[in-house]
Amino acid sequence: MTQVIANPATATGPQRRVALPRLLPPPGAGRNDLNAHLGLHGPVPYRGRDRVLIGEVKAAGLTGRGGASFPTYRKLEAVAAAGGGQAIVVGNAAESEPASHKDEALLRLAPHLPLDGLQLAAEAVGAKRVVLYVRRDLLQSTRIDAQIAERNAGRLDRVPVEVRPAPARFIAGQETALASRVSGGLALPTFTPPRVFERGVDGRPTLVQNVETLAHMALIARYGPDWFRSAGTRDEPGTMLCTLRQADGSASVAEAPLGAPLAQLLNLGKSQPQAVLAGGYHGAWLPIAYISRLLLLNADLQRLGAFTGAGIFAALPADRCGLIETARVARYLALESAGQCGPCLNGLPRIASALAELAGATGKRPRSGIVEDLERWAGLVDGRGACHHPDGTTRFVRSALRMFAPEIAGHMKGECSATSHEPFLPIPAGPSDNADWS
Amino acid sequence: MTGKLRVNPIACSGHGLCAELLPELITLDEWGYPIVSDQPVPAGLGRKARRAVTDCPALALKLFNAS
Amino acid sequence: MMNIFSPNTLHSTLAMWYTSRATGVVSLVLMSLVVIIGLMVNRQGRLPGMPGFVVLGLHRYLSLLSITFLAVHIATAVLDSFVNISVAASVIPFVSAYEPLWLGLGTVAFDLMIAIIITSLLRAHLGRLTWKAVHWLAYASWPLAVVHSVYSSKDMQRGALLGVALACIAAVLIAMVWRFARALAEIPRARRVPELMADPDLLARAGHR
Repeated sequence: MTQVIANPATATGPQRRVALPRLLPPPGAGRNDLNAHLGLHGPVPYRGRDRVLIGEVKAAGLTGRGGASFPTYRKLEAVAAAGGGQAIVVGNAAESEPASHKDEALLRLAPHLPLDGLQLAAEAVGAKRVVLYVRRDLLQSTRIDAQIAERNAGRLDRVPVEVRPAPARFIAGQETALASRVSGGLALPTFTPPRVFERGVDGRPTLVQNVETLAHMALIARYGPDWFRSAGTRDEPGTMLCTLRQADGSASVAEAPLGAPLAQLLNLGKSQPQAVLAGGYHGAWLPIAYISRLLLLNADLQRLGAFTGAGIFAALPADRCGLIETARVARYLALESAGQCGPCLNGLPRIASALAELAGATGKRPRSGIVEDLERWAGLVDGRGACHHPDGTTRFVRSALRMFAPEIAGHMKGECSATSHEPFLPIPAGPSDNADWS
Repeated sequence: MTGKLRVNPIACSGHGLCAELLPELITLDEWGYPIVSDQPVPAGLGRKARRAVTDCPALALKLFNAS
Repeated sequence: MMNIFSPNTLHSTLAMWYTSRATGVVSLVLMSLVVIIGLMVNRQGRLPGMPGFVVLGLHRYLSLLSITFLAVHIATAVLDSFVNISVAASVIPFVSAYEPLWLGLGTVAFDLMIAIIITSLLRAHLGRLTWKAVHWLAYASWPLAVVHSVYSSKDMQRGALLGVALACIAAVLIAMVWRFARALAEIPRARRVPELMADPDLLARAGHR
């Protein structure tokens, strides 16, 4: 959206108006192909030496846009230190959250920003190998191979980009699963230590960055940390891509400055949803009464058990049942378990099954004690897997048990207040072969 | 001094010997998998902890030295 | 015919030779027990009323006992002059003058056992994959020990000792078949969750691999 979004007053300066979008082309303008990109931003601003860019990224305060919001400069420093010239950089476009479309949008509409970012990151950490890890079905729709070929023809890339397809599984984008897949194995998480920045792809120090983070890096390299900080707040600077699913079911990708009011992002004027799921399927449900006061900031969202993450916000319409939607997602999350760790393997199916019973799937009233079981199982799986899939699932389920407590009371009596049972949240149809992690 | 115990949940297949050898720090959940205390191993239990690490049939229990 | 009790034969010959043969039989029986109990450890088997560390402890104790008997078996075989087995032949296969093939297979079995025991003593320092890979050599070591036992002398080819050999072989084979059948019956990792989600009864039972 070509939108001038008001930047909330920061501690250090008055309110400023910031022109957006930075990453995506204006709507209707089509893809920024290579010529448009070069016309807009110029050539890749190589620094000529490793590590130089890291200081700029640090000054800019860029954090990861893949979900964890980890300070990007620290990852760069860690890999540069461990690398010894043998590091590998992987751009992560696995986009494994079904409700997220931002990485696809970025690769379709502005691919040369993350591709620039890959080269700049490789230079910064002294990497000789660059990989782009793309969800398999996006390879076609983004025509990313053609974009890379065009760059090669123009000799833009100093390190050739290898494209590696990622399976469409929920944990395929997790960094150790990614390293395992790119190394030629299955996209299954491994135990840490060692973290991937120490030993990742083929045992080498590996930098894993979401493609949006790389895109921001490519702009910081050109326009500087101060420019990056001209949007957002002092503690959470910059802009981020958000995937917004409105209560009417329509979904869009928008770029917003950190600190923007959520109500504005979600267009809450018309139909009032009952709740908003913030943070995707490992996130948390937020009551609508709070949304009007919340800003797109970790500082605000974390107080409610949510986070900005990968910018996924889904508004639940008033006519749906939050328990039914939660049960659908929980079933999906259970099926997406790697099945490697006892607690996750045992806990998630039981949680999903109990939620289904609570939601009314069995046609009978839920047995008494079912909520206590859910709480206990959530406590048993939290933090006990090799990756954070059980933790995220627990966060999501616990927030649902809090958020939809009135619905639970109704369901225990055999009543559901929803007037529509039409599925709302996007759940991919099951993979044809459950053994497909490659 | 001794460090912290952690279990590699991928390697762990629920033999349960660790909980038998070190019940002060490890209990089994209702599915037979270990819940390992994340507190540092007290000095008096160091020997037992090292034995639990060595005896795990799956070599899934690890002692990370405090440093 | 030598008189085994005469002073001239104190250091050698038949006394040692018989000791070697006897300790060989005991070693084979102990090794077979070690393998069976090891398979139990792998499958998380328990002795009735005993905690799991007893099974593991028994596995280790018997393996140390068997290597002790094996050491006597080898030492007496080398030291005696009734048959010609050099010291080198105790660790280098197929170099003995006596029954080079059958004895040599025993030497290989012994070498593998040494590797298994050393890596097991150091297992916490070696990493899972290394330790496991060497431990699997037990599947080679035991059959070689059996073949060596049955063919390097005629002892176990008749009478009670033949019965002992057959009992060891049968017991270990049954245990191996059980171990691998159970492993094959396990749900493969990729299908564990879908199977649990599809079957409420399976889900209700405690604990799943």
